[in-house]
Amino acid sequence: MNNSLPVFAVNFIAALVLAPLLPGIINKVKAFFAGRKGPRLFQLYSDLGKLLKKECVISSTSGGILRIAPAIQLTLTVLAALLLPMGFKNSPLMFPGDVLLFFYLLGTCRFFSVLAALDTGSSFEGMGAAREAFFSALAEAAVFAVLAFLVLFSHSWTLSGMLTGIGMDSWISFTPVLLVSLAMLLVMLAENCRVPFDDPETHLELTMIHEAMILDYSGADLGAILYTSSLKLWIFGSFIVSMLIPGNILSGWQETALSIGGVFASAVLVGIVESSMARYRFLKVPPLLISALVLAIVAMIFQLFFNGGIR
Amino acid sequence: MMETKNFLLLGNGKSIPFASVPELPVAEFSKVCLTSITAEKCRIAAFFAVPEDDRFILTAILGDPAAAGFRVLKTVVKERYPSLTAHYPGFNRFEREIHELYGIVPEGHPALKPLRFVNTQVGDMEFYRMQGKAIHEVAVGPVHAGVIEPGHFRFECMGETVYSLEISLGYQHRGVEKLLQGGPDRRTGFLIETAAGDSSIAASINYCRIMESLCGIGLSDPAVKIRQIALELERCANHIGDLGALAGDVAFLPTASFCGRIRGEYLNMSADLCGNRFGRNFIIPGGCRYPVDQEKAKKITRKLQTVSRELWNALDLMFNSPTVLDRLENTGSVSLEDARSLGLVGVAARACGLDADARRDFPVAGEKTTGSLPVDNYNGDVISRAKVRYEELKKSHDFLFAALAEIPENGAVISQELTPAPDMLAVSVTEAWRGELCHAAVTGSDGKFRVLKIVDPSFHNWEGLAMALRNEEIAHFPICNKSFNLSYCGHDL
Repeated sequence: MNNSLPVFAVNFIAALVLAPLLPGIINKVKAFFAGRKGPRLFQLYSDLGKLLKKECVISSTSGGILRIAPAIQLTLTVLAALLLPMGFKNSPLMFPGDVLLFFYLLGTCRFFSVLAALDTGSSFEGMGAAREAFFSALAEAAVFAVLAFLVLFSHSWTLSGMLTGIGMDSWISFTPVLLVSLAMLLVMLAENCRVPFDDPETHLELTMIHEAMILDYSGADLGAILYTSSLKLWIFGSFIVSMLIPGNILSGWQETALSIGGVFASAVLVGIVESSMARYRFLKVPPLLISALVLAIVAMIFQLFFNGGIR
Repeated sequence: MMETKNFLLLGNGKSIPFASVPELPVAEFSKVCLTSITAEKCRIAAFFAVPEDDRFILTAILGDPAAAGFRVLKTVVKERYPSLTAHYPGFNRFEREIHELYGIVPEGHPALKPLRFVNTQVGDMEFYRMQGKAIHEVAVGPVHAGVIEPGHFRFECMGETVYSLEISLGYQHRGVEKLLQGGPDRRTGFLIETAAGDSSIAASINYCRIMESLCGIGLSDPAVKIRQIALELERCANHIGDLGALAGDVAFLPTASFCGRIRGEYLNMSADLCGNRFGRNFIIPGGCRYPVDQEKAKKITRKLQTVSRELWNALDLMFNSPTVLDRLENTGSVSLEDARSLGLVGVAARACGLDADARRDFPVAGEKTTGSLPVDNYNGDVISRAKVRYEELKKSHDFLFAALAEIPENGAVISQELTPAPDMLAVSVTEAWRGELCHAAVTGSDGKFRVLKIVDPSFHNWEGLAMALRNEEIAHFPICNKSFNLSYCGHDL
């Protein structure tokens, strides 16, 4: 594939540029269901522009991690995005086992956000950090079950191989891929602090998870955090889209359009979920994450014992 | 009026000479108060001190549902008296209030802390604290993230579980009762309406009943009906707002958005009725300030028919959603015993199965109300408080449609100089949307108010919120708080 690198590059740049659209799409969908007009589609771009012009106010109890955490998180997330196949084209940086690096880049990103939250010395942020650490540990189990399935399914050890290796035949044995996609959707909602796990719109500090951890950020730092979370949403959306849609059926640029459209569709789906249900109480979050794990394990069983489905 | 040895029975919205209220020795006074409440199903309507020379007249007004009126009694104290709170926790805030205002010490009060910080820096007090390394203390407020009133909440937690919540208010203290002394004057009505601005109608109904009783003014039948219509519109708007906010707090978008708008429609109906969305400056002693005719009533009925359909849709969506029910059920429970001993009133009390409803318990002659609802199916959690509101909305709508259909022409009344009778005590209680709102007035020899006591339902209920959080997840505080939705300014006055 000679033309794979330019296609990847275009998709990667599209991800960086279009990521702030995703929260806009989700909010538009939510506004539609609520019968409201909602904020503009491009609202996050305006917010980022505004925040970049503002100065950062740093908590006087901070030991310094608060100051550097946003930059670290942004860098790690962009690096993780580089490892992900984009537009159904392999990442140029792929190597066997890169999937571990991919998830632990995101894990390190969370590590710094938790550390920075504790660094502020605020009781709200401490609570948010504790919740985030607990729930993400549970989400990790589901993620690795999904990965185990993908290795079984695609016989590949690279993230690109796993995701683009799901060819047309996956549509024939559709059940396990669908189960895993569902598991991944749950992980996506949890990792991106969406309903039913968390409520990104809430102003109630005591109920927050992720939002509580970013209460002390302002100015460009807050901009970096907001941008990073929109990029993370793109990464997870893109992950599911690559998994669900078989590659190599269309020409390069059509695939690009399909891939980007798929990510937008995943944002619409998130918006629909958020419009149709209430947030779960914390006690119900672990069972939900464990059910994601179970879905992935069931998919593995299908794959191992029924060779991809009961025929 | 039935006379007994220890107390006098007073009807709702009626007045008697203050001197005729039985004056008991302190010990006897305490005994009568406590047995009335614990053994004879009375509840505190008001408990306040009237300063007289170098002594204070402690006056107790106890609602007696069995007699459909109030037991009134008084005693004279100088500096101290044995605390009633030690025997019945419902007196807690009343005794702290009296202590703060006049320095009278209730001996044996278990936690004699400042209530509104009238004399000291607001918020400056010893909070209850748990000891230990695993204890996590969370302080919320007085500045909150939403557009709400200021108040400070101190949680003692271990992990996510709250062991104790202490609520410290007083940030909204404006000295309303002090400003009311020496009235009535031109500002009295405005002060009454804005003591808790979301209950303006209920408060002005109470004030007008007191004035009408003290001045001996009669009230026309249409005026009574129109006041009730305004009261129910106020109840609807607030209940709808609360249910919507509750949906918002559990991130259930559809109901949250719809209720936000629909609440506005009910406020607009109030504006159609009297020109103000909160019913301000509408109800005045002797009647209503603006004329209401059948054309107006028909317009409101039509609007009500359209909007109420949308309302039931939005609410049924919420009450039939499993994810919402899961959040609200068995959350923030208050037991019936606790509700009774804290003296909870209104929606919060009925949600615990405590059948306290001023509409049935303290009827006013000639007034037709929505009536009370059965309380057997509630167990004190957030969903119970939400369902009480839902059922009340149904009742209010039935009442509104019926009352609007038979509304006769009613002319405006222009406010006039009124002189209340001297040396009287007048009491009025209205079931406002939160619960029973009590106003009690004592006039001096010149007919001016010596005391105009306001007891907002929130004054009884704040302790209930603290109780609801015991052993509850700290993340449930917002929905517990919203399910009570108590007034800060009504408490702080």
